[in-house]
Amino acid sequence: MTPRVSRRGLLGGGLAAAGVAGAFTVGRLTDEAAAQEALDRSYAFRGAHQAGILTPVQDRLHFAAFDVTTAERDELVSLLQDWTAAAERMTAGGSAGEIGPVEGNPVLPPDDTGEAIGLPASGLTITFGFGPGLFTDDDGNDRFGLADRRPEALRRLPHFPADQLVPERSFGDLCIQACADDPQVAVHAIRNLARIAFGRAAVRWSQLGFGRTSSTSTTQATPRNLFGFKDGTANLKAEEDGAADEHVWVSAEDDPRADWLAGGSYLVSRRMNMTIEVWDRQPLVDQERFIGRTKGEGAPLTGTDELDEPDFEAVTGTSPTMAVDAHVRVVHPDFHDGARMLRRGYNFVDGTDALGGLDAGLFFIAYVRDPRTHFIPIQNAMATSDALMEYLKVTGSALFAVPAGIAEGEYVGQALFA
Amino acid sequence: MRTTLLAAALLTVPVVTACTSNATTEDAGSADAARDLTVNSSDDACEVSGGEAPAGTLSFDVTNTGSQVTEFYLLAEDGLRIVGEVENIGPDVNRKLTVNAPAGEYFTACKPGMVGEGLRSGFTVTESDEAPELTASDQELVDEALTNYAGYVKDQTAQLLAKTQEFVELYKAGDSDDEARALYPDARTHWERTETVAESFGDLDPQMDLREADLEPGQEWTGWHRIEKDLWPAEAQKYRALTPEERAFFADDLLANTEELNSRVQDLEYTIDDIANGSRGLLEEVAVGKVTGEEEFWSHTDLWDFQANVDGARVAFDGVKPIVEQNDPDLADTLTQRFDELQVLLDAQRDGDGFVLYTDLSQDEIKAFSDSVNALSEPLSMLTAAVVA
Repeated sequence: MTPRVSRRGLLGGGLAAAGVAGAFTVGRLTDEAAAQEALDRSYAFRGAHQAGILTPVQDRLHFAAFDVTTAERDELVSLLQDWTAAAERMTAGGSAGEIGPVEGNPVLPPDDTGEAIGLPASGLTITFGFGPGLFTDDDGNDRFGLADRRPEALRRLPHFPADQLVPERSFGDLCIQACADDPQVAVHAIRNLARIAFGRAAVRWSQLGFGRTSSTSTTQATPRNLFGFKDGTANLKAEEDGAADEHVWVSAEDDPRADWLAGGSYLVSRRMNMTIEVWDRQPLVDQERFIGRTKGEGAPLTGTDELDEPDFEAVTGTSPTMAVDAHVRVVHPDFHDGARMLRRGYNFVDGTDALGGLDAGLFFIAYVRDPRTHFIPIQNAMATSDALMEYLKVTGSALFAVPAGIAEGEYVGQALFA
Repeated sequence: MRTTLLAAALLTVPVVTACTSNATTEDAGSADAARDLTVNSSDDACEVSGGEAPAGTLSFDVTNTGSQVTEFYLLAEDGLRIVGEVENIGPDVNRKLTVNAPAGEYFTACKPGMVGEGLRSGFTVTESDEAPELTASDQELVDEALTNYAGYVKDQTAQLLAKTQEFVELYKAGDSDDEARALYPDARTHWERTETVAESFGDLDPQMDLREADLEPGQEWTGWHRIEKDLWPAEAQKYRALTPEERAFFADDLLANTEELNSRVQDLEYTIDDIANGSRGLLEEVAVGKVTGEEEFWSHTDLWDFQANVDGARVAFDGVKPIVEQNDPDLADTLTQRFDELQVLLDAQRDGDGFVLYTDLSQDEIKAFSDSVNALSEPLSMLTAAVVA
C-alpha cells in the first residue's frame, strides 16, 4: 500500500532532521529554524475579510485573470464552490484535490499536480475577485442575473495617458491572487485552480511576481522596486487603527445595490513596464529628483530619515526642494483628499523583449475602498504630471471587486449569489 | 508526437471478500508477486527479472543503472505495436510501468540513449484465472464496443488507402497539382481519425506523418508532409521543386506504407482501455499540433485534421458510452455536452466541403478553440477509469 504523502508530515521530518544537523552550530540552527518557521506559516482561509490583503506581504506572487466560459449560473456557482474547497486545502498546506497527488487510482490523472509535495504552506494566501465582465458582457447583456448587483464603481478603468494596454494582459471576469513565500507554492495554487476551472472558466492572462514592492505591516522592512528605490514607505499598514476601514474595506452604505461587497474591497492591477536600460543611464541626482527620495536611505528629499514626512513647502534656492513632478508629491494623499491605497505589488521580469531589453517592471496591485476616489484621480495625476512616466509603459490593467471573507460552510463570493 | 495506443492501464482487481480463506489470499499474493517484475537497464543490457508472468496487471519496476537516459517498452508479438512504455528514465532513476496484459507473446525492450531498436527479449504472458474480468453484462457492452471500434478503424484505413491511391496518381501526373491539393486534406482526414492507431506502429508513423521540424539530423524525410511542402512551396525558403522521379519515389513510398498499414489493422485487436485512451490521445493531438497550427505547416489545412481527430475521439467515446453511462452517468453527460460545444466552434469555420485555413483564424477564435479543447480534455482524462471501473 502506498504510504500517504503528506506535505505537512514531510515538513515535520524536515524540521527534526534540521535539528540534528544543527546541533553543533547553534547560531545557524536559529536562522534555519526561523526560515523554516516562516515557510511553515499558514493563514486561515476563512474570516471577516479575505486573506492576502492585510496579510503581511509574502515574497512571491502568481496572479491570474479568467474569462468565464460557461453561460450557466449554476456552473459559475459550482466553480466558486470547487475553488473554495481547493483553496482552503492548499492554504492549509494540503493538496488541491481531496485525494492527493499520488494517493489515487493510478488509471486516473491525479487531482493534485504534485509539485508541492513536501513543501509547507509557505504563507500561501489565495484571494478571489470579480471583474465587471461577470455582471454584463461587452454588449451590456446580463450574463448570470447579476447585472443589477454590479457595484457602481466596478467598470472598466478609463484610458489613462501612457496606457499601451495589451488586451491579452488586461481585464478579466474573475481573478485569483496567490501569494506565498515559495514561488512553487504560488504557482501550484494557480495551476491547480486553473485546471479545476476548465470548461467553466479559462485563464485570460497571468503574471508572476517576486520581491514584494511594498509592505503591509510595520514589522516588514521596506523593499525595493526595479528602479532600485524603496517602494511603499508610506503604504497603508495593518497596524494603523481605522486606516483599513477608512481606505480599504467597502462599507455596507457605500453602494446600496452592492451591499454584498461590504467587508470587501476593490483590486486594481496594473502591469507597469519600466524602460530599465534608459532609467539606468540617469544620473543619481536625477533619479532621486524623479522619485523625490534618496536612493540609499529612502528619505524624502526634504528630510534625512526614511520615515520623515515629506515637506512640500520646502524651497532650495528658488525651486521647491521636492520637484513639482516628483513621484512622491504627485501621488501624495495631501493632494488627493487624503485618499490612501493599500499597495501589494511585485517586481516582475518576464525575460527579455525582441531587442534584448528586460521585459520588466512593477506589477502594481492596490486594494482600495473605491477606485473612483482612491485610484483613478491619482493615476490621472501620475499619468499627466509624474516625472517617472517617462520611464513607464502600462501594458496591462484590470479592476476587480474583491468580496468579503467567508464563514464556515460558505463559498467565496456567496453573498453575491444569495 | 508519439502517442501510445495501449497506454499503461490498471484494471481494478475485484476484491476478494472477507469470507475467503487465508490460503486463497496467499495464492492471490503469490500471483501478484509473479506479476511484479524488475528491470535493470544498463548501457548494454536489459535484464528482466523473469521471462513470463500470468495475465493481469503487470508491473515492471525499471531502474536505469547505465549512464544514458533510457526507455522501457512492452511490445506486442509483432515487435512493433507498443503495449506499454515508460520514457525518459534518467541515470539512477527508477520508474514503474503498470500495464494490463492478456495472455500472449511479447517483447521487452530497453532503449539506452533512446535510439534504435532497443535491447529486446521475448516475454510470455500465460493464461490466468485471476486475470481481471468484467461482469457479464458489462462484458456484452465491451464486446460490442470492441467489435465496432475494430470495424471503424478498418473502414477508415480502407478509405485512406483508396484516397491515397488517387492522391499519389494526381501528384505523380505533374499536371494535376490543383486536384492533388484539393484531395490532400480530405485523404488525410482518414489518417487523422485513427491517428493513435496508426501511431502505435512505431515504424510506419515516422515514415508517413513526420513533420520537417521533427526530423533528426541525417534522417530521410518521407510521407505526407514531404509532399505537402512540394505542393505548397510558396512560404518555403529557397525551395527546389521535386523532380518527376523524386515525386514518384515519395508517392510510391507513401502508398506502399499505407498498404502496409491497411494490412496490419486487419487483425488488430483492442481492449476497452485502448479505445478510451485512444479518444483521449486524439484530443491530445489536437491540443499539441492542430490548435497551434503546427501540423499542416505549408498547406494550413489544420482544421480538417482537427475535425478528424475530434471525429475519431467522438467515435471512440460513443463506443464506450453505454459503459460510462452505467459507471459514471455525470461524466457521460459532461463529455457529450463538451463534444457538442467543440463541434459548434468547428462548424462555424466550415467553408464549402471543408474549412477555412488556419491562417484565416483570428487570435480570439484560436483561443476559443483552445479553451474548448481544454474543457473537453479535462473530463476526457477520466474516461479510461470510468470504462474499466
